[in-house]
This record gives sequence, structure tokens and C-alpha cells, in this order.
Amino acid sequence: MNDPSGKLRARIGIVLIGLALAVLPFVVGATFGNSWVRIIDFALLYIMLALGLNIVVGFAGLLDLGYIAFYAVGAYLYALLSSPHLALAFPAVFGTAPGWPVWLVLPIGALVAGVFGVLLGTPTLKLRGDYLAIVTLGFGEIIRIFLNNLNAPLNLTNGPQGINNIQPAQIAGQSLGRTMDVFGFAVPGVHLHYYFFLALTLLVIFVCVRLQDSRLGRAWVAIREDEVAARACGINTRNVKLLAFGLGATFGGVAGGLFAGFQGFVSPESFGLLESIMVLCMVVLGGMGNIAGVVLGAVLLALLPEALRWGAAPVQQWLFGKVLIDPESLRLLLFGVALVLVMRWRPAGLWPSALRRRELAAHGDAA
Amino acid sequence: MDIFIQQIINGLVLGSIYALVALGYTMVYGILGLINFAHGEVVMIGALTAVTAIGLLVPAGLPGPVVVLCGLLIAIPVCMAVGFTIERIAYRPLRNAPRLAPLITAIGVSIVLQQLAMIGWGRNYHTFPAILPATPHGFMGATITDLQVLIIATAGVLMAALVWLIRHTRLGRAMRATSENPAVARLMGVDVDRVISFTFVLGSALAAVAGLMVAANYSIAHYAMGFMLGLKAFTAAVLGGIGNIGGAMLGGLLLGVIESLGAGYIGDLTGGFLGSHYQDVFAFFVLILVLVFRPSGLMGEKVSERA
Repeated sequence: MNDPSGKLRARIGIVLIGLALAVLPFVVGATFGNSWVRIIDFALLYIMLALGLNIVVGFAGLLDLGYIAFYAVGAYLYALLSSPHLALAFPAVFGTAPGWPVWLVLPIGALVAGVFGVLLGTPTLKLRGDYLAIVTLGFGEIIRIFLNNLNAPLNLTNGPQGINNIQPAQIAGQSLGRTMDVFGFAVPGVHLHYYFFLALTLLVIFVCVRLQDSRLGRAWVAIREDEVAARACGINTRNVKLLAFGLGATFGGVAGGLFAGFQGFVSPESFGLLESIMVLCMVVLGGMGNIAGVVLGAVLLALLPEALRWGAAPVQQWLFGKVLIDPESLRLLLFGVALVLVMRWRPAGLWPSALRRRELAAHGDAA
Repeated sequence: MDIFIQQIINGLVLGSIYALVALGYTMVYGILGLINFAHGEVVMIGALTAVTAIGLLVPAGLPGPVVVLCGLLIAIPVCMAVGFTIERIAYRPLRNAPRLAPLITAIGVSIVLQQLAMIGWGRNYHTFPAILPATPHGFMGATITDLQVLIIATAGVLMAALVWLIRHTRLGRAMRATSENPAVARLMGVDVDRVISFTFVLGSALAAVAGLMVAANYSIAHYAMGFMLGLKAFTAAVLGGIGNIGGAMLGGLLLGVIESLGAGYIGDLTGGFLGSHYQDVFAFFVLILVLVFRPSGLMGEKVSERA
């Protein structure tokens, strides 16, 4: 890396990637239509979620099957603070709809989600492996059931109908839900969301990369590899594990808030166990513990079902002359097959971390 | 008091079903140390196969119990085949892979099975014909139907048979040896691969019976019924101490009773604040409480720190 040409090449690479990311929504929007820009926006949200879960599962090695609960907490908090729901449900307490700025709501959502993470972590730290998995799963379900039923006697979440009319995020007076006019050039709302999400995703990636090599990150990996040895080395395993839960949950809370503002509507349906599993699949399939791998996994698994949805009907039409299998079900079928095949082909994920690759290689030699 | 007895009865019926499914989870976990996420879908396949077979047999005019028995005898081999295939495709190739890899393939298989069932059976609910005698009997002020008695009795017999098989047969000894230490078991001449296949097949057979019971108890079967049922059964297995056969039975029965008592009393307990739709919360809450105080389940052995 010391030769100047290598550095130069790296810089050129970064500039090129930056340019590609900057024009991506316009290219995609012009070729495939703006619905695909929307899908890319969701992919960015999934990257944030997957990176948050990666802290808990990939770095600290704690299997969490209820991660989506933190996403839900962030989303509902944003929804409550940026929609007329509270004013409608409790006119006596809230006179008008709270219209708090996004820079205030997002950190609050992140903080509350983080607190939930620590709350979940505190009683469950003693548990190991799959016992922890099932408790987190139960926690996720509890949150979902509460969201589903807290419309009576106090209408806090509006039950299964969910909360709508959520204001999109506003930055410098420009609502991200509206088309912006840049020197006579119209930039639609999905594109604005794209840039907003992209900036935050890059921030999350940066934080993750810095965390990975920090004292804390190394402590997490030490706990993942051998908890007893880690404690013997002077790591306060309880606090470090709690931090993993809390930080992972914080990321989930931020992504949830963004989701609520983007979608304009939240309901308990978006936060089922299947979503938790989906995010876990992104982490494991991409390559646990490796940030680039997790990003790859999130992008692939967010785009694959959409591509299948888009292609399932026409391809059947072309092959058999008619649509034999319901496209929705075919797309899930292929998704399931893909999960099995990828794991059989690359058990450590598509892009495993170097450490894990070394371990597997050593394991193979010994066997 | 009548309500209390009634809820206990309902809970025991539900719990017997949970216990049968939980056994499938716990046997696989005991031997391979992995969560067979697709097990709930095997139950679903069993239920739908049985309901379809029974639907075809009803016009033949045979007596109800005979028809149900035939349905069961068709569903069991189908589920056994499914369980065997799952192990071959999704778990065997990954036996030395990182711990979470088989979890992902299990999820993949589970999605595939569910979608195949949806393509084959459609999205609609399939009704279980009312051919079993459902006469209610008075019992300590509550009522219990023939069907409920049948479910509890069948589950009891099957569990006793399973315990006998594991304790007193050659195969059972091989299973115990494999779960203790596969490498040493292999050295002692145990065909570990065959034992693992057998475990899956056995669990799937129990799942088929459980599937039929669910269909008969609720009178319906549906392509998406396996997921929540599997989740509950797995919860039951963990509650009892995963990997422990007796624990799965206890956990299943306990979870069933807790759930149905929760559904019956949660409204009174919270002064009407929480209704019966919180019964799942109640079940999970109890699970978390139990695990906080007994981190390896009710009957699980204490896991050493370096498991």
C-alpha cells in the first residue's frame, strides 16, 4: 500500500464508486422506473438493519431472533411523534399534532430502542446460545403483540390498522416526500430519500468499521470466540455484551424511524418474526462479522425477491405460454431454494471475514 | 372453579400436541445441536395430507375412526419421507459448517415447504370432516369430549412408546450414544448417519400424528399453520430444557396449560386491561421468567461454560 500508484488507484476507485452511487437513482429511475428507486431505498434500510444485527450476532456472537422489535420501536416512536395520531387519540393531552424535526425524532428513537436493547439484555445475559435465541424471539413476539393490541383501553398504537399520515422527514425546510426543484431540474421524493438514507448508511458503515477495530470490537470478538478466556483477560463481559445489545438496537431504532417517515404508514404486520429472520439471513448469508459481506447480503436479499417478483410472471409466460404458478408464491419458493443452495455452496457466507476463513481453513487441515 | 378445570383440560389437549411436536425438536437438538426450523412445516404437511386423504375416504362409507386411522397411516409415511429428505438436503452437507449455516438452510427449506404446500393445496382452509364422535362428558363440573380424551391418550401412549424405544432398544442406545459423543459412538460401531436419519424420521412421524390432532381439534388445516405451531413447540422444548426428552413432554404440557389459563384469566388478573389476545405474551413471558431463573430449562442439565 506504500507505493503512490496504489494509493492513487484507491482514491480513483473511491471517487468512481461515489459517482456511481450519486447517479444511481437517476439511472435506475430512467431505466426501470421510480418503483425500483424505492426498492433501492429499502435496500439501504436493510443494510442499516443488517449492520446493526451484525454487531450482536456477527461481532459478539449472540444469536438474536427478535431484532426487528427494535426496528418496530424506532418506527412507532417516529410515527407517534410525526403523525396526528396522538392528537386524535388523546385530544385532552395533545392539543395539536406534534411536528418534531427529524433531527430530534431520530435520536430519540435510537435512544429508546437502545434502552429496549439493554432492557432485553439485562435479564438474558446469563443465557447461552439457543436459549438466548428463543428468549429474544419471545421478546420480539411480545413487542409485536403489544403493538397489535394496544388500541384499547388506551389507543396508543391504533392496533392492527396501524398509524398513517406520518409526515416524511424534513431537512432544511424541504420535505423528503415532495419533489425538489434544483435549478429547474426536478428531483423526486424517492431520490431525496435515497440520498438521505445513503448518507446515514455510509455513516453507519463508518461507525461499524471504526467499532470493529476498537477496543470494544476486539472485546466482542474475544467473547464470541471464548467467553471464559475473554473474562480471564480482564474483559467485563456483562457490560460489553450489554453494549452490543444496546448499540445493535440503536441502529435498528434509527432504521425504523427512517422506515416510518419513508413509508408514511406503520402497522404491526411489518415487524413479524419473518422480518427478523430475513435480516438474520442477510447477515449470515453475506458473511457474519464481515461488514462488506453483510452489506452484500443485505443488498442481495433485498433485491432478489423484488427481481423475482418482477420476472416470475413474464418468464413463465414465455416458457409455458401461461402463468402456471402464482408469481408471489414462486418468488418465495425460489428465495427458499436460493438460501439452501448458497449455504451449501458457501457455508461461511458469500464473503466471510478473513478471521473466519482462516479458522475454517485450519479446521479443514486438521480433519 | 369450573372454568379453571375446563381451562386445564383444554390446556392439556393443546399441551399434548405441543409435546409431540416438541419431541421432534428436542431429539434433533439432542443429537445434532441444531434447531430444525422446518419441523413446524412437517406438522403442516402431515395435517394437510391427512385431511385430504380423509376427505377422499369419507364417501367410501367406512366408520369414522377407521377413516381417520387410514388418514393417519397415509400421513405418517409422507411426513417420514419429508423429514428424511430435509435432513439429506439441508443438514447433512453442512454438518461441519459454522453453527448458523444450517439455521439458514432450515429457514430456506421451511419457506420452500410452505410455498409448495400453498401451490398444492391452495390458500384456502381445509375443513376436517366431523366424523369422530364428539360427545361431551361431564368431568368435575367441566366438559371433555371423546376427541379430547383420544388426543390426550394417544399422545400419552406415543410418548411412553418413545421413552421405551430410547431406553430399551438397540437403536435407542445408539441414539443416546450419538447424542453423548458422535465421534466415540462411531468408534463403538454405531452408524451415526443412520441414527441421525432415523431421528429425523421418528420426529416426523410424531409430527404427522400431531398434525392430524391439530386438524381434528380445530377442524381446519391450512398451509401456514405450521409456523406458529412450530414456534410454540420449540418454545416448549426450550422451556423443558432442550435436548431432554422428558423436558419436552413437561414443557409441552406446561406451555399448553399456561396458555389456556392465561387466556382464561389474564383479563381478571389485570383488571380488564389486557384481554385474552395476550395469551401468547403470557406464554413467552413465562418462558423468559423460567429461563432467567433456570437458564437451561426446567429439566435441562447444567451446561458447562465451555459448551
